Amino acid sequence: MTQTLATQEHVYLEAFRAFQRNGAVHDPAWVQALRQSAMDRFMELRFPTARRGNEEWKYTDVRPLAATPFPLPSSANAKPAPQEVRLATFGERTWHRLVLVDGQPAPDLSSLNGLPERVRVMGLAEAVTSAGDLVQSHLGCHAAHQSEAFAALNTAFLHHGAFVHVPDGVFLEQPIHLIFITTRGQQAAFHPRVLIVTGRDSSATVVESYLGLDNSRYFTNVVAEVALGRGSALKHYRIQRQSEASYHIATTQVNLTANSSFTNGAFDFGGGLVRNNLNVLVAEEGSNCALHGLYMPTGDQHVDNQVIIDHQVGHSDVKEVYKGILNGRARSVFHGSIIVQPHAAKVNATQEDKNLLLSPEAEADTKPAFWIYCDDVKCGHGAACGQIDPDALFYLRSRGLSEAAAKGLLVRGFAAGILDAIQVESLRKHVNSIVSARLEEWLGQEA
Amino acid sequence: MLEIRDLHASINDVEILKGVNLTVNAGELHAIMGPNGSGKSTLAFVLAGKPTYAITSGQVLLEGVDMVGMAPENRARAGLFLSFQQPMEIPGVRLDQFLRAGYNAIHKARREEELDVLKFDRLLTRKTKMVGMEAALTRRYVNEGFSGGERKRNEILQMAVLEPKLSILDEPDSGLDIDAVRIVAQGINQLRTPQNSVLLITHYQRILNYVQPDYVHVLINGRIVQSGDKDLALQVEAEGYDRFEAKEQALDLSPSCPPLPKGEGDVSPSLLGKGARGLG
Repeated sequence: MTQTLATQEHVYLEAFRAFQRNGAVHDPAWVQALRQSAMDRFMELRFPTARRGNEEWKYTDVRPLAATPFPLPSSANAKPAPQEVRLATFGERTWHRLVLVDGQPAPDLSSLNGLPERVRVMGLAEAVTSAGDLVQSHLGCHAAHQSEAFAALNTAFLHHGAFVHVPDGVFLEQPIHLIFITTRGQQAAFHPRVLIVTGRDSSATVVESYLGLDNSRYFTNVVAEVALGRGSALKHYRIQRQSEASYHIATTQVNLTANSSFTNGAFDFGGGLVRNNLNVLVAEEGSNCALHGLYMPTGDQHVDNQVIIDHQVGHSDVKEVYKGILNGRARSVFHGSIIVQPHAAKVNATQEDKNLLLSPEAEADTKPAFWIYCDDVKCGHGAACGQIDPDALFYLRSRGLSEAAAKGLLVRGFAAGILDAIQVESLRKHVNSIVSARLEEWLGQEA
Repeated sequence: MLEIRDLHASINDVEILKGVNLTVNAGELHAIMGPNGSGKSTLAFVLAGKPTYAITSGQVLLEGVDMVGMAPENRARAGLFLSFQQPMEIPGVRLDQFLRAGYNAIHKARREEELDVLKFDRLLTRKTKMVGMEAALTRRYVNEGFSGGERKRNEILQMAVLEPKLSILDEPDSGLDIDAVRIVAQGINQLRTPQNSVLLITHYQRILNYVQPDYVHVLINGRIVQSGDKDLALQVEAEGYDRFEAKEQALDLSPSCPPLPKGEGDVSPSLLGKGARGLG
């Protein structure tokens, strides 16, 4: 018998009506129309709660999320304490920072004065009016709000978020850091929207980080649309450290044009139930894309990564490596799909998901897959789940290292390739320190 | 230095060591020879404390302290070192970082000076030169992409860095061509002092042309069936292990085979005397 829980779509519909009347009434008509069509679509799609014939959500049960009537956040902007802000604003002083607190831009915490001319980093609500044409030509054009319920729901509440535009030919040296802080005691639904547009032959680094300040139960449903101009290079990193009681659903939709290069690093430490949809559309030839991911769930955390790379055309390189380190009763899901459409010849693609289970109760489900409709391709994939190699552990201990220290070294070694792939040094150090702190907590001080 | 008394050990309830007795004094190098499956590697692993093996009875004393039940790291801190027959790759773990962690763990336990990255690096460079290893290899992940010879030399490097009191070298010559055997042997010779001891496990006599043992023991089916000087190794080389296997079977058939008390019986080298060989 499957227990049926009443899903709460109507709560979102009511919230939507109130939102259209109050909060978002001044947005341009095209935004209001986009939201309305997305809301209509969401009410048709509903939450993907079916437990049969629902391959995309087979291992991730969103019924508890769907059954919770999360309200929209109150407009009162809570202020995080300075030390809490420092937790979120890692990296160098020279980074360009846009901070959003509980979904709303916090200009006093942001630092965008050093931006080069023509580069735009701003709150989305502001961008919709001030950069209307450019925003309109991308917003809602990439993410599949017609077919994905969560993307539809985000689009229905599209208002706050971040907009990044790096114009043609600009090489942005300092990373742009988009910081999403969820303050204490939050129990709302947040639908931040991110739009990143890079111009022809430009180059930039964007770090999205999500930090929860306590262990409250809230729902973050973020959609990021990333449009790369021809010949541009974007390094994009995502560090997620939200509440371990929260729901974190993230859709990142990337559009690759000719000779563009996309590097992604996805790091999940927080969240109770996490689902990341990373979709890359290879729309033109000559692009390359390197996707790295590391997830470290513990306790009852559940982390699901769905990565779809759709090659509409050929002559492109893809390298995808995800790794999981699971502790406690944690559960991970990896579902990678690399699609090579007919005529998309000369695709060179590898995908890999490896999991290290530190506890007998942890479970990893991994499913790398290829859908190849073209002969002239080179593709390889691998998946693994295992425990710490007892022989390697003995080897290290025989050199005097304690069991905890030896395990720590081995686990860090397992993750090394992913961490080394972070091309921004201060970010690499930051992520390393999170990994180390987590391992010390799991394995003991000496790790 | 090392005293093994009637050591019985098993893996998955299969007894592999069936009463090993051995005494190694400070400054001595003992070679243990035996055919495949005789328990040579088991002896090495049991001495180093590999958790998959169970010691069912007997004692292993390192400088008078019983190591049975001691964690492998504590044995290392007490001065024991095992050179692995098949040193494994450890992806993502840099050799220099791992070795510094081991060095410092051992030194901390002994209340000796721990080294920072810079000081340790200097030590490591000196030691790589000593064992003839390329210093660049120490910045790679442990054994990743190392040749067979490089792996074995890496074990000798680790021995050189950790400066153990007792080194157990499990077939440091296996899989190596003759040039590589000589290089490894050279390393072993360089590290010998009147204070430390070596237990060298080997299948073939070959390496003993370059490393002078004080004593040679033949291990068959989990027991030392004969001990002698380096001529015993030549005898093994000339005649093979068959004769020793027959001897071991005879042991098995004898109605009572009580554990030999310390310093008695043909399995104990202490009866052999030191002979004319010096320690070099």
